[in-house]
Amino acid sequence: MILTLAVVIGVLYALGTYLLLQRNLTRIVLGLVIMGHGANLLLLVAGGPAGRAPLVGAGPESTFADPLPQAMALTAIVITFGVAAFLLALAYRSWMLRADDDVEDDVEDRRIRRRTDEGADAQ
Amino acid sequence: MRVLIPLPVVLPLLAAAISMALHRRALVQRLLGFVVLTVSLAATIAVLVEVRADGPVATQMGAWPAPIGITLVADLFAAIMLVVSAATVLAVFVYAIGSPRTADAALFFHPLYLILAAGVSASFLAGDLFNLFVAFEVMLSASYVLITLGGTRDQVRTGMTYVVISLLASTLFVTAVGLVYAATGTVNMADLAAKIGDLPEGVREGLGLLLLVVFGVKAAIFPLFFWLPDSYPTAPAPVTAIFAGLLTKVGVYAIIRTQTLLFPTDDGPSLLLLAIAGATMLVGVLGAIAQNDVKRLLSFHIVSQIGYMIMGLGFFTVAGIAGAIFFIVHQIVVKTTLFLVGGLVENATGTGALNRLGGLLHRAPLIAVLFLLSALSLAGIPPFSGFVAKLALVQAGLEVDRFVIVGVSLGVSLLTLYSMTKIWAGVFWGAPEEDPPLVGARGDGRLAAPALMVVPTGALVLLSLAIAGAAGPVYNLCREAATALSEPSAYVRVVMGT
Repeated sequence: MILTLAVVIGVLYALGTYLLLQRNLTRIVLGLVIMGHGANLLLLVAGGPAGRAPLVGAGPESTFADPLPQAMALTAIVITFGVAAFLLALAYRSWMLRADDDVEDDVEDRRIRRRTDEGADAQ
Repeated sequence: MRVLIPLPVVLPLLAAAISMALHRRALVQRLLGFVVLTVSLAATIAVLVEVRADGPVATQMGAWPAPIGITLVADLFAAIMLVVSAATVLAVFVYAIGSPRTADAALFFHPLYLILAAGVSASFLAGDLFNLFVAFEVMLSASYVLITLGGTRDQVRTGMTYVVISLLASTLFVTAVGLVYAATGTVNMADLAAKIGDLPEGVREGLGLLLLVVFGVKAAIFPLFFWLPDSYPTAPAPVTAIFAGLLTKVGVYAIIRTQTLLFPTDDGPSLLLLAIAGATMLVGVLGAIAQNDVKRLLSFHIVSQIGYMIMGLGFFTVAGIAGAIFFIVHQIVVKTTLFLVGGLVENATGTGALNRLGGLLHRAPLIAVLFLLSALSLAGIPPFSGFVAKLALVQAGLEVDRFVIVGVSLGVSLLTLYSMTKIWAGVFWGAPEEDPPLVGARGDGRLAAPALMVVPTGALVLLSLAIAGAAGPVYNLCREAATALSEPSAYVRVVMGT
């Protein structure tokens, strides 16, 4: 079971990384969300094998699943959810302002490109 | 006294909630924020006094015992950082209220700013890796909104980069937390300090590197700094100032905390950290020299100065870490001041572009003096606080015979001075190449500067002068903090309650 999950985690990270390298903000958000899923699964796997719900009095303690990574994964899910929603709002705002949601080059990159263009023209 | 420890986190959070509910009443919001931040500052000072006298203090939120529960722990390093950050947060808050055309008027500026303050304090107090992650996220979530508060085209463009990079680093952080838990079964740093030594060398190094990358993105070290100089300058002046002063330093704090507590080494100076430090300093300052805008130039300097802190840590001696802590304290105050002065210039003239400004020395002498004092301090000219901090670092470097990095750091100081001269010559000397739009001009040709903006800027300049004036006692305090970091047994004992 852990091996299956390890493979799934690897695939999620790979997919997330691939999407993250795209220029389109919607894909980047999807990439980050998928990668976040991978990280949350990793937290769960870090807690060891599955077990019974860790409720006081529900059985002997040795049969419980480790509750700590579950609590951490829940917290991480909420945070990823909130930030992803904010990013989507940002993508929408970008679309409203410029009619696309591609990530633009930063000021420095554009300045350097202008210089190389000028250099090419001068020659 | 343990009751004081959560206050710098809880008070601003509560105030943020109230402030959000009362978002139509600007006066109430301002008063509430001011009172709460002042009380937080008082609480942090009390914690610092207490911790210095009696050693580290820890408290368990929700009463679950360590290593399971949420541990808040204040040792001397954390307490120093808390006091400096609380003072800076308060000063910038007053400045924001005083700025006529910026952030203060925006909807929800106040709650966001308070949440940011709470997140910064929580990062310093976090006793385990996962809570450090949560504290980072609280701080960063507030910063995401603050940096895009106007929703202008430039802000959306740079805000995207900022949010995506930060979120990627956060995902890596969760990954690191998961791997640490899988390897050791705990994420409490005091507990880890004891258990991580049992891991195989390779696993430990891997975890150490992963955490270094995660915090390195937040601290903007070479080569992970590229997002910073582009994204900071687009925000309103008070927001940029508080980001510049605090956010990267929280990353540096986390690097120092994890490297000293979890990955201590007896091998002497770390070549990796020193190489990173040198490259960060050099690339940062060279980037700064190429800039033509006050805020962008200063943003590259944030990166450059981070290098000095990493250098101090890289020596792995008590003197080196003490120097790094002193440098952080000095840097938080001075960097914030410089950005506040940049904001004053922009507020008075409507632009921050060096080639469109000039002659401010005569039209706004007060702004010129404030800039001069903090710029000389940044460059490390005696007798200012930057000189004392760099002297401490250089001495620590010479003690362990690391001449190359010391040479680089001194060279970078000269280049820093050069770039500060560039601002001075462009903004304050000479005549403007073309008349800047004189938004704040008064009848006599002088430029107006609102008192509520000048007073906090002046207060921070005085604070930096005070650090230089009291260099001996402050350095001793930093040295005590560094000694405690290199011998974490008291820290571990207090957290684990044994």
